[in-house]
Amino acid sequence: MSEESTTQFSKYSAKVAKSRATSEPTWIRWTLITTALLFLSLFLFMPLAAVFTEALRKGFDTYISALADADALSAMKLTFIAALIAVPLNLVFGVAAAWAIAKFEFRGKSILITLIDLPFAVSPVIAGLIYVLIFGLQGWFGGWLSDHDFKVIFAIPGIVLATIFVTFPFVARELIPLMQAQGKDEEEAALVLGASGWQILWRVTLPNIKWGLLYGVILTNARAMGEFGAVSVVSGHIRGMTNTMPLHVEILYNEYNYAAAFAVASVLALLALVTLVLKSIVEWHAARSARAIEQN
Amino acid sequence: MSIEIRNVKKNFGDFSALNDVSLDVPSGELVALLGPSGCGKTTLLRIIAGLEAPDAGSIHFHGKDTTERDVRERQVGFVFQHYALFRHMTVFENVAFGLRVRPKETRPSDAEIKRRVHELLELVQLDWLADRYPPQLSGGQRQRIALARALAVEPKVLLLDEPFGALDAKVRKELRRWLRRLHDELHITSVFVTHDQEEALEVADRIVVMNKGKVEQIGTPQEVYDNPATPYVYNFLGNVNQFKSNVQKGEASIGGSNIKLEKENQQADGAALAYIRPHDIDVQRIKSGSAPAFEVKVNYIHAIGPLVRLELQQLGQDAIIEAELTQERFRELGLNTGEQVFIYPRNVRVFADNTASA
Repeated sequence: MSEESTTQFSKYSAKVAKSRATSEPTWIRWTLITTALLFLSLFLFMPLAAVFTEALRKGFDTYISALADADALSAMKLTFIAALIAVPLNLVFGVAAAWAIAKFEFRGKSILITLIDLPFAVSPVIAGLIYVLIFGLQGWFGGWLSDHDFKVIFAIPGIVLATIFVTFPFVARELIPLMQAQGKDEEEAALVLGASGWQILWRVTLPNIKWGLLYGVILTNARAMGEFGAVSVVSGHIRGMTNTMPLHVEILYNEYNYAAAFAVASVLALLALVTLVLKSIVEWHAARSARAIEQN
Repeated sequence: MSIEIRNVKKNFGDFSALNDVSLDVPSGELVALLGPSGCGKTTLLRIIAGLEAPDAGSIHFHGKDTTERDVRERQVGFVFQHYALFRHMTVFENVAFGLRVRPKETRPSDAEIKRRVHELLELVQLDWLADRYPPQLSGGQRQRIALARALAVEPKVLLLDEPFGALDAKVRKELRRWLRRLHDELHITSVFVTHDQEEALEVADRIVVMNKGKVEQIGTPQEVYDNPATPYVYNFLGNVNQFKSNVQKGEASIGGSNIKLEKENQQADGAALAYIRPHDIDVQRIKSGSAPAFEVKVNYIHAIGPLVRLELQQLGQDAIIEAELTQERFRELGLNTGEQVFIYPRNVRVFADNTASA
């Protein structure tokens, strides 16, 4: 029945959109559309096109050799390692936090929600500095760490930590409203039917949030690969060792090696485009399952 | 299996949801918890299920204290108000869920699960929907699937939270008759929550009327309707006219007339509230005999359906009195709005008025 009413409504709104009574005069419409398109091409399409033209300016061979460079490959590897550790950890944390916030009432809930948002509010550079202050040689645990021959700052662990910090909120932020909308009826139903906590998580909760979760993971991944500020502070910019892709781009650019800089940048841009496509697919699925919830 | 509820209390912050509730549900009965929203009936149901823990008091299943028992071990079937079907599973998988999550030792084989699920789907007459998903079903179908799912684990007790609350009137009527028949077949101890007095009166073996976290009255539908224990129950079950009254020596004065109270309805002298059901009011054109009568004006006539409802106003008073007549009697009298007639109350119940200051 509700499906019928939605289609009726969409027919109705299509009619309204075409009606002259509810739309602006032609010249206003075209002015607005042109302004929007100009703005988009100036600030979004042009830079994207520039990345690829600059990357290929000196020919395809230069492009390939810039990417095949040992330092570039090492930067790519480090970026993937950081993402590979940060994304699963934040996935687990995000699900746990969203589960706790959406399905239970407890003291300090609003404090937890605020804490989850903290990485959005704090400048990434400051986030990086915090880790230097804690784990750096002059920091709180620096002496103990260097005694045990374990490097955090200017090493991979620091980069991973900084990446985890800045990508902390994405999964939880995505899941909390979704889980709140779904309520806890289904979990309670599963509980009464005799399911254990794990069975409820795997058989009821996760299948219900899978599209939201995937969306959060994609956003987390995009940010993890593109993070510059926080990682820059803790990395120490050691070529071939502690350089991630965004840092490597900066170094090449500062060395006036534009073709190589844009080549590496184009890989990042490509990753972003892939992310966008994935995101659209997931959004489409999520919208479909959201409609299913409404009908329920 | 019988359920005994002993002195259960539950607070949510400052709000007292249940205030010392005790109740017995005999084995095999279908009991309705009836009350307005916020009276604590759903909380009580969730405490019986184990989804909520009481602050004080205890729950016993068949004489055994189950207050501390885990929800999973209570063997209850729970039907949620909004069905709570697993939206990403087919109807078949929804019903099979309770069997599939059992530990390996007690889990039936796949073939056995299949057989049992289809048996249950046949019981609720929806076998043909096995492969559909919950969003593709109508409200009534979802409710029946929710019931089949609850029955799949062979519960000792079936609990239903506003089982027909979200359905439209016609489906609701069909489903509650169906639930009654199903209960007569299965004889499983069942408790259902409702705010709909008609539903409770029609379906239940026994009704528990609740108000503000307390039990007002427990009894068969006949008992609670014919002999409400408190003014609240009188008001809640069916229509009723309420009069401010004063009892003196076994007679209640209502609107200037003195009405003799029957033996079983005696009250101490003092302020009181008198209740008369609309169908217990006899309308006459002429005053006859010595029985106390009220002179009233006919304000409004509502003549749709088998009963004719009259809105009457006692002369010189503001209060509206409602009366119900059969169509036959109404035609016999030939009433019109604005006319003056006499009414004779047949059955007056009086309760001491605790709110009036003496």
